[in-house]
Amino acid sequence: MALLETKNLGISFGGLRAVNAFDISIEKGQLYGLIGPNGAGKTTIFNLLTGVYRPDEGAILLDGVNLTGKKTIEICRAGIARTFQNIRLFGDLSVLDNVKAGLHNHYQYSTFEGVFRLPRYFKTEREMNGRASELLRVFGLEEYAEYKAENLPYGQQRKLEIARAMATSPKLLLLDEPAAGMNPNETKELMDTIRFVRDHFDMTILLIEHDMKLVAGICEKLTVLNFGEVLAQGDTQEVLNNPEVITAYLGE
Amino acid sequence: MKKAGKLSKTTKNDLITYGMVILAYVIVQLLVSTGHVSSLIQGLLVPFCTYAIVAVALNLTVGILGELSLGHAGFMCVGAFASAVFSLAFKQTMPGGPRFLIALLIGAASAALVGFLVGIPVLRLKGDYLAIVTLAFGEIIKNIINALYLGVDSRGVHFTMKDALSLNMEENGLVLIKGAQGVTGTPNDSNFTVGIVLLLITLVIVLNFIHSRTGRAVMAIRDNRIAAESIGINVTKYKLIAFTLSASLAGVAGVLYAHNLSTLNALPKNFGYNMSILILVFVVLGGIGNIRGSIIAAVLLTLLPEVLRGLSDYRMLIYAIVLIAMMIFNWSPNAIFFRKRLRQRLTAGRKTEKEEA
Repeated sequence: MALLETKNLGISFGGLRAVNAFDISIEKGQLYGLIGPNGAGKTTIFNLLTGVYRPDEGAILLDGVNLTGKKTIEICRAGIARTFQNIRLFGDLSVLDNVKAGLHNHYQYSTFEGVFRLPRYFKTEREMNGRASELLRVFGLEEYAEYKAENLPYGQQRKLEIARAMATSPKLLLLDEPAAGMNPNETKELMDTIRFVRDHFDMTILLIEHDMKLVAGICEKLTVLNFGEVLAQGDTQEVLNNPEVITAYLGE
Repeated sequence: MKKAGKLSKTTKNDLITYGMVILAYVIVQLLVSTGHVSSLIQGLLVPFCTYAIVAVALNLTVGILGELSLGHAGFMCVGAFASAVFSLAFKQTMPGGPRFLIALLIGAASAALVGFLVGIPVLRLKGDYLAIVTLAFGEIIKNIINALYLGVDSRGVHFTMKDALSLNMEENGLVLIKGAQGVTGTPNDSNFTVGIVLLLITLVIVLNFIHSRTGRAVMAIRDNRIAAESIGINVTKYKLIAFTLSASLAGVAGVLYAHNLSTLNALPKNFGYNMSILILVFVVLGGIGNIRGSIIAAVLLTLLPEVLRGLSDYRMLIYAIVLIAMMIFNWSPNAIFFRKRLRQRLTAGRKTEKEEA
């Protein structure tokens, strides 16, 4: 059974049909790419999958569980984590605290226990520090642990966003244009990071990307979106050689 | 290694804040006992604590939650009146210590309740809109209390919004709130020591809150609401927790305020929006999110008009000018840059001196 499955997903904004009859099926452990020209509806699909928008019709199934119409935080708990096209970190918090915020739902103690520093506060904070530091080490960010997140270099901010998403222990990771604004070196490093996340955490990843080198380099399967509709779907090389796809990207 | 160092750095920062308050207390007590403090300043000691507490409380909303509230004088008002009514009602029947403790809890709880109820609609708004609506709620609270008559006799509790006669009290009944005349005869249970203890408790609560899981969630929401939601943080819940706690601590300041005066009125001067804005000035001058700064700013700006009293008519003019100058010195980018350079030069000078020696 596929890890993520959407059936006939659709949403309109006023008269604009942003996404229409969107079907996708992602197997566990796959690195899946979602591409398409600007305004094709890629980020809208991410927003549908993470509960930012409610679909007008269709269904979203994660591991067989119906997530259609669920709220963002419920979807996060169900196991979908994401990063954003324009990086959204907690800029004033330390790098470590950004990851600890991602651990929020996995380590619990009450506000009362926190304010009055009862034993569970110390125990849980220690565990959180351990887990967060481990994640930072995995992503090579441990030397920045005490930096304010907004003071990190751009490439590291992207990594931190992925680390924070991974802290929620997701089943599926959505990356929205992770290579946007990166130079070729940073993009190459990012490709390694994404591959590493997939292998190290045995993660399933769906990513939106414009950088064709990155897409061709790491994605196993692709869905091409154009004007809210699926234009082509299948193995990466096949899709990229599809004349219709080339036309959509490069024009007639 | 680095992590351990930093962890103790936040703890160290908190300890400096506690230490600063305790040191100030010891110095003031020494000065008072040796007779170096004028009665004017002695009368200001409890207000210092009151305003420091409410400034710290508001900083929780403005600096940590990241929302502008102009209604904190209203929450202070609720805490003040709820606790004053209790203390007055049990003035004869309870000893001072436990009575004040219960009054404190009642003041904090009632302000928390009002904060929670106000927070539910208000926290749906953002920025300027939220500020205006909290301002309106603060005024509503003050005006309701101003019109409220409350009395107690053997038949129970009476209240009305009309006048004292409509309370329909028995002969021996006790009128607790007399409308615009407020509460008269509240026992004088607060003093400087009580004020400092309450300030320290407030500090412990706020600083521990900030460095807890809840505080982290609140700051995450402040920095980026959408991202906070995406990692499973319940935005409404944590906003309400922070706002309610902030209102409740403002209520504590109100309790201190009420038990320092024998007559308590809900005047525009003490609980109106002027006061809310003054509290906001403490927070902004002290640094948004900077708890220690709030205390220092609250004390300085409470002290300043009294020190300038000799200038009579020009007092508020000078006050305003000093305020402008302090804001510029503290927060203009050029001034910050200048201070940084000055500090660098000073430390560099010290280093070369050392090397020479």
